[in-house]
Amino acid sequence: MVTIHIDGQELQVKKGITILEAARSANIKIPTLCYHEDQKIKSVCRICLVEIEGQRLLQAACSYPVSEGMVIKTASPKVIKARRNVLELILARHPQDCLNCPKNGFCELQDLTQELHMKRPIRYQRDIRPHQVDESSTSIVRDPTKCILCTRCIEACEDGQTIGVIGKENRGFDTIVVPPYGKDMNETVCVNCGQCVQVCPVGALTIKDDTDKIYENLDSGKILVAQVAPSVRTTIAEALGEAPGTPSAGRLVTAMKLLGFHYVFDADFSADLTIMEEGYELLDRIKNGGVLPMITSCCPAWVKFCETYNPKYVKHLSTAKSPQQMFGPVIKTYFAEKHKIDPANICSISIMPCTAKKFECQREEMNDSGYQDVDISLTVQELANMIREAGINYADLPETPFDDPFGLGSGAGEIFAATGGVMEAALRTVYEVVTGKTLEKLDFHDVRGLDNLKEAEVDLNGTIVRVAVVHGLGNAREIMRKVRAGTANYHFIEVMACPGGCIGGGGNPIRNWKKVKARTESVYQQDRDLPVRKSHETDAIKTIYKEFLGEPLSDKAHHLLHTSYCNRQDLLR
Amino acid sequence: MNQDAYNAYSHKTSSDQLVEVAKIAAPYKNRPEMLMSVVIQVQRKVRALSEDVAAVIAREMGIPQTNVYSFITFYAMLSVKPRGKYIIRMCESAPCHVRGAKEIVRALEKMLNIKMGETTEDGRFTLEYCPCLGICDISPAIMINHETYGNLTPGSVTQLIKRYIREDV
Amino acid sequence: MEEMRILLRNKDKINPTSAQDYIQTGGYEALRKALSMDGQEIIDTLKAAGLRGRGGAGFPTHMKMQFAKNAEDDVKYVVCNADEGEPGTNKDRVLLTTDPNSVFEGMAIAAKAIGAHKGFIYLRAEYPYVFPILKEAIENARAARCLGDDILGSGFSFDIEIHSGAGAYVCGEETALFESIEGHRGEPRYRPPFPGTKGLFGKPTLLNNVETLANFAPILRNGPDWFRKIGSEGSPGTKLFTICGNVNHRGVYEFPMGVNLKEIIYDVCGGIAEGKGLLAVQTGGSSGAIINATQIDLPLDIDHVSASGGRLGCGTILVIDDTNCIVDIVRNNLDFFRSESCGQCTPCREGGTHLYELICKICDGKGTLRDMDTIVDLANTMRITALCGLGHSTAVPVLTSLQNFREVYESHLDGDYCPVCGKDWGN
Repeated sequence: MVTIHIDGQELQVKKGITILEAARSANIKIPTLCYHEDQKIKSVCRICLVEIEGQRLLQAACSYPVSEGMVIKTASPKVIKARRNVLELILARHPQDCLNCPKNGFCELQDLTQELHMKRPIRYQRDIRPHQVDESSTSIVRDPTKCILCTRCIEACEDGQTIGVIGKENRGFDTIVVPPYGKDMNETVCVNCGQCVQVCPVGALTIKDDTDKIYENLDSGKILVAQVAPSVRTTIAEALGEAPGTPSAGRLVTAMKLLGFHYVFDADFSADLTIMEEGYELLDRIKNGGVLPMITSCCPAWVKFCETYNPKYVKHLSTAKSPQQMFGPVIKTYFAEKHKIDPANICSISIMPCTAKKFECQREEMNDSGYQDVDISLTVQELANMIREAGINYADLPETPFDDPFGLGSGAGEIFAATGGVMEAALRTVYEVVTGKTLEKLDFHDVRGLDNLKEAEVDLNGTIVRVAVVHGLGNAREIMRKVRAGTANYHFIEVMACPGGCIGGGGNPIRNWKKVKARTESVYQQDRDLPVRKSHETDAIKTIYKEFLGEPLSDKAHHLLHTSYCNRQDLLR
Repeated sequence: MNQDAYNAYSHKTSSDQLVEVAKIAAPYKNRPEMLMSVVIQVQRKVRALSEDVAAVIAREMGIPQTNVYSFITFYAMLSVKPRGKYIIRMCESAPCHVRGAKEIVRALEKMLNIKMGETTEDGRFTLEYCPCLGICDISPAIMINHETYGNLTPGSVTQLIKRYIREDV
Repeated sequence: MEEMRILLRNKDKINPTSAQDYIQTGGYEALRKALSMDGQEIIDTLKAAGLRGRGGAGFPTHMKMQFAKNAEDDVKYVVCNADEGEPGTNKDRVLLTTDPNSVFEGMAIAAKAIGAHKGFIYLRAEYPYVFPILKEAIENARAARCLGDDILGSGFSFDIEIHSGAGAYVCGEETALFESIEGHRGEPRYRPPFPGTKGLFGKPTLLNNVETLANFAPILRNGPDWFRKIGSEGSPGTKLFTICGNVNHRGVYEFPMGVNLKEIIYDVCGGIAEGKGLLAVQTGGSSGAIINATQIDLPLDIDHVSASGGRLGCGTILVIDDTNCIVDIVRNNLDFFRSESCGQCTPCREGGTHLYELICKICDGKGTLRDMDTIVDLANTMRITALCGLGHSTAVPVLTSLQNFREVYESHLDGDYCPVCGKDWGN
């Protein structure tokens, strides 16, 4: 412990922590911009400057460690002036079109100008780079004119996801963050995970906005049929200003009905359906000497990653489609027939925590219903914008149940939202199918939590099934190294591209680890509160197999609910 | 990719050369600290550190192509675009500046009929500014590839370039 | 005035790549002595000598060494900064091409002092012709058992690797240099941690300038008292000066610290070339202070030059004659800094360009008094907020020239025709 003085307050703090951490522990707020609590210290924006007694230079609080006897001023006139001057330099290169920026109201730079009470005019020639906005990606819009070069996105993509789609080009005043060699985003190895969007403090990286398409379809008289992914009910309230982890399935359905959606279905149903197909596929592979380990394919960012970096190993991917892509054809066939609606007249919409789902629904394999199976995939952020736009007072809405015939899904479907959830859901079903016994303890704690690699073993009537769970593509790359080397001694691996699983997905409200933890707890609580917690036991699953699909892995199921993968290695050339 | 970007990065390297690039880079798999050494060696073999070259380096060394690109664009002497056989680097720092560097620039531009930063149409000469060459006792000075020349006048630099045009060096 | 050649003692007298030649002039004797000494003794000797860094900041060498020695790690590095990028500086090139062994010897002594076994020389790309000289000299030094395993039979091992830069001034900043050696963009790191505890590849590292390292052997051989007698109180020893610009006899000279600037210009270098008058002198390269003709009666040592608003730094003296315009010189300096900024931190990346543009505006006769205020405010901001020394020192030529040539700036504001700035170069 060392004794320091911050703004006249004497503090005892741990040796070696930064001035910023020390100040926060004393409730002293130092403004920051490039700093992100889940990332490495960057110390480049030079906003969090403080004055240290005895030093001529101002120091960045985010990186400067405290030492015994240090006397710090966080808001002296010298500091305030320097911060404003630095902010002025940032603003001089920024377009400042805040009023029509997608980040309006959620922008850290905007917040900072308020905090620093920046009211004087910019003294420099406004030098806005003439870069073009890159809208080539299905999922992410890149506007380099707004970039403040904090490099958070580079870290998220390169260190976190080990991909490195974007990086710095040139140096000095000409530095920008771009894909290499003038490529557009859709020409790169980008897997559309949206982790860059999650960390961008400004409007340089935002989610491709598809909300206009919803209005157009409403206007043209289409029947809007929506499926709502498991994590959405946990994060939509947060996106509308409530505490992270506030579940709001009932209010969400009400809001969507107010927005004009005709049917709002629970995608826990299709998660359950995925478990049926994927679970039986696993058993089939184990029994009949199929390719093992089998790896989950629910995550479209992970699937593209595998197709790009490990094209020879796509045979390890489960052929079962993701819940989104299972629900798509089910809506345009089974549901359309049942309700005597012309599938051509259906606009099938998914509400997702995910930016990569926009890419997935546009894959050419995804037309098994005879139409594009899912027409539009919206993220939580976009839906929240629509709710705000419509003036809906979300906090006070009454609750509405999800529509039939799919009703309420199981707790197993619900936990798809968190890393390890697909695995746990599968184990709940596979165990009972194989052993014929009722699973006593439904919670598989070994596969929960935020460890990089989680492993478990389950005894299925004498056959020991070994499973592994990874989240984040860095961890996925690691486990694929083992798969290639033949040392991945597992039967089944769950991979989710985003840290924490879908609950940490790129389409959710801006997050940090604290929020992801709160959301995850909420997910498991909702699982515990659901009446049915195993996929194979819900009425909707029983009914659809009885009325329509026959049994898992049937011809019809294969046609509608399974898919194939391609080789994208060329993206690396 | 828009047309401008396409034109800027469209240079293609022959497959023979790419094989050579791979040979240079391959021994340094997972040794990112060798990137500088690899890139400098590669640049001696190819006309530009173009996209295909960076892809081979990235693959062989096990680092993202973006990092290779980002690295190249940071350093002034590395280029993603093709440059001439002779790269004429004109010092633009103060010691040459006060000894009439700008007159040398004007003479060079006139002689080769290109502007600083450009390459002659026949691909033989590139004119570039560079910071201090560290030979200020003979400023104003230039470096052509690895050779340095100093105490230049508009007249002497014109004679010098003529020798290069005649390949008399 | 006579030079005092300690560092340049072997210049043009021996074959620079021959270890034997170097040994015959007493070379590697200091290393032999150092190998029999305790690391702390070596550091104490340098401390007693009062040696300060010759690369830029003039930081006491023994302190850097002590940090690296005190750091507990099995792997440590010695790095020689041969990225001589400061415009107008040639001294390291001269040392490396005429007597590279004196630098290797210094590195080996430093290695012994801190407990390192590996050294790197980071050579700037603008010196491609120095590379083969160093390479050959290292091989010969190894063959003479002065580098490599079991140096001079002592059991101590130390070897040197040469790394080349690729054209980036900022790589002369020590942490940017580490980044570059590690295969990254040369972007400086924030500090602390300092290189002494966490430097190259995250290991404790001692980084010194070429000239600083070349001082180690003479100090060890002749003792700290001998060294103290040379130079001035606060800056003992000799210094290599690169005199460039508009003087008659340009070149690299070695003088005791504290030598008078005016004497150098007029006695040593034969005065201003072509019979013109003296306008200004910039000491320490483009990041140094610009002083006017009335201020040149200045002893050149670290403390005196610092007091003039700049720094002695690498010992560069740019002499500027009266056919030049000071605002144009500053524009040239700023053009250099804006293109050499790494682009990481806001003040340097953005501020450097805005300073340049504001000065251009003044050159063009379109500046206003308000622009002058903005220039001062921005330069002062950069000086205290930038991440590394490059951003801090960009301000120095601006602020010192404003102080020492205020009237020149003002005449530009008034729209008086400036024959230099107004010249049409056909651009």
